[in-house]
Amino acid sequence: MKDIEVLIIGGGPAGLCAASAAASMGAKVLICERNQDLGGQLMIQTGKFFGNKHAGMRGFQIGAELLQEIAAYPQIEVWTGATVLGIYEDGVVTCLYQGEHQKIKPAKIIIATGASENFLSFPGNDLPGVYAAGAAETLVHAGVKPAERVLMVGAGNIGLTVSYQLKQSGVDVAAVIEVMPQIGGYLVHASKLQRCGIPIKTSMTIAEAYGNGKVEGAKIVKLDENRQVIPGSEEDIVCDAICLSVGLSPLAELCWLAGCKMACIRELGGCVPLVDQTMETTVSGVYAAGDVSGLEEATTAMLEGRLAGISAAAALGYKVDQAAEMQEACRRELKTLRSGPMSEKIRHGLEKMAAKRGAVVC
Amino acid sequence: MADQTIVCRCEDVTREDILAAINAGCRTLDEIKRVTRAGMGPCQGRTCRNLIAQELAKIYGISVEDVLMPTFRAPVEPVKVGVLAQAYQEEEGENK
Ligand SMILES: Cc1cc2nc3c(=O)[nH]c(=O)nc-3n(C[C@H](O)[C@H](O)[C@H](O)COP(=O)(O)OP(=O)(O)OC[C@H]3O[C@@H](n4cnc5c(N)ncnc54)[C@H](O)[C@@H]3O)c2cc1C
Repeated sequence: MKDIEVLIIGGGPAGLCAASAAASMGAKVLICERNQDLGGQLMIQTGKFFGNKHAGMRGFQIGAELLQEIAAYPQIEVWTGATVLGIYEDGVVTCLYQGEHQKIKPAKIIIATGASENFLSFPGNDLPGVYAAGAAETLVHAGVKPAERVLMVGAGNIGLTVSYQLKQSGVDVAAVIEVMPQIGGYLVHASKLQRCGIPIKTSMTIAEAYGNGKVEGAKIVKLDENRQVIPGSEEDIVCDAICLSVGLSPLAELCWLAGCKMACIRELGGCVPLVDQTMETTVSGVYAAGDVSGLEEATTAMLEGRLAGISAAAALGYKVDQAAEMQEACRRELKTLRSGPMSEKIRHGLEKMAAKRGAVVC
Repeated sequence: MADQTIVCRCEDVTREDILAAINAGCRTLDEIKRVTRAGMGPCQGRTCRNLIAQELAKIYGISVEDVLMPTFRAPVEPVKVGVLAQAYQEEEGENK
């Protein structure tokens, strides 16, 4: 059994910021990351960021900066290739690491497991060549061209930016289709695609994928204002891959196992743990930060992680006198980031969470 | 026409299977899981849970937010029995 002060599950932007914040206050930290590399979703993002501190930087560059910060703290231990399997009533956490079933007894736990991509049900969805957009992005990042010509389903920010990355890597993007009557993502991302001649077709959905043993094409259809298929609107798209970017869901299984009170909040992407102003869940000593506590962006995930790290370290007795001010600074920055018109959904979701929890949420 | 669209990839459960289970009286994700095995494969429902929740919401005329979530159990990812057995043996040794 391994004893540790702060266990961080997930080494994405939220987990890494939680680790360096807790360590900077003096706590001993262990990060368990199931992938071979730290950095989470950030490492595959080549687009430039908005926001304050990291504006203009590309995702993977921010990731590299976070890794440097982590490396500077000797009291942070990192396990990669380490999948956390369970959290039990007595506070013991189990983890598959180096082929062995490890047991960890942490004083505080920060769950920062991110999100998983949603799937869509349509005939042919099990043909080889149907990808989640993030999976296609991961392949590109690994130097593998996933296809020659793709159809992208979903025009949110992920659908738009992954389409652009695919195009940059020499993959033809036949079209981006979107079920809603308008484009969901930022206009800057959409115009980049349109300048490359990639059509973005709204009020359209995929009716089926077809092919002999693998994707050879797709049938797409136009929808009316009641989301009913308009007869005769079918179009044929020749492609060898279909990428789905139809949203993400918080990867919150470990929060359920820990016994956290959960609520399904559409604006936050699904079932999330109810957290308070310090990112603590309803289970004392268990915190959640990043996409797992509500789908947002890397910028907010980093701040939430930092806030959770400070809270956990302070609860252990480190730098208690400075903690309140540091927490307040994180909350102020989060508030600024969430003040724009694009964040209305998030604000609404957090209000819902606060109502359910019966306390103010940051 | 039968809907052979795959909803649960791990266990090859089709949309037709899901609708049949609902028609037969299943009202929750857990009940559907027990009858069809949807959500019992390697990904533990990460792919199909939302899709089935949407079907339930549609049929019962409720919001997806109000669909009861299934019970989650450790391990959240598949583990070889040998790994667990080894850990058990070591623990037995420690306790002796
Ligand atoms: C395709 C895509 C493109 C995006 N593009 C942008 C963008 O351009 N700009 C932007 O601001 N945001 C973008 N986002 C959103 C942003 O990436 C996320 O909001 C952010 O990464 C969330 O950080 P996180 O640390 O919460 O989760 P993640 O980055 O997902 O990290 C979670 C980590 O936890 C690990 N993990 C999960 N379960 C376990 C377990 N059981 N045991 C151990 N480890 C585990 C995962 O392997 C992962 O490394 C994008 C998201 C996607 C999917």
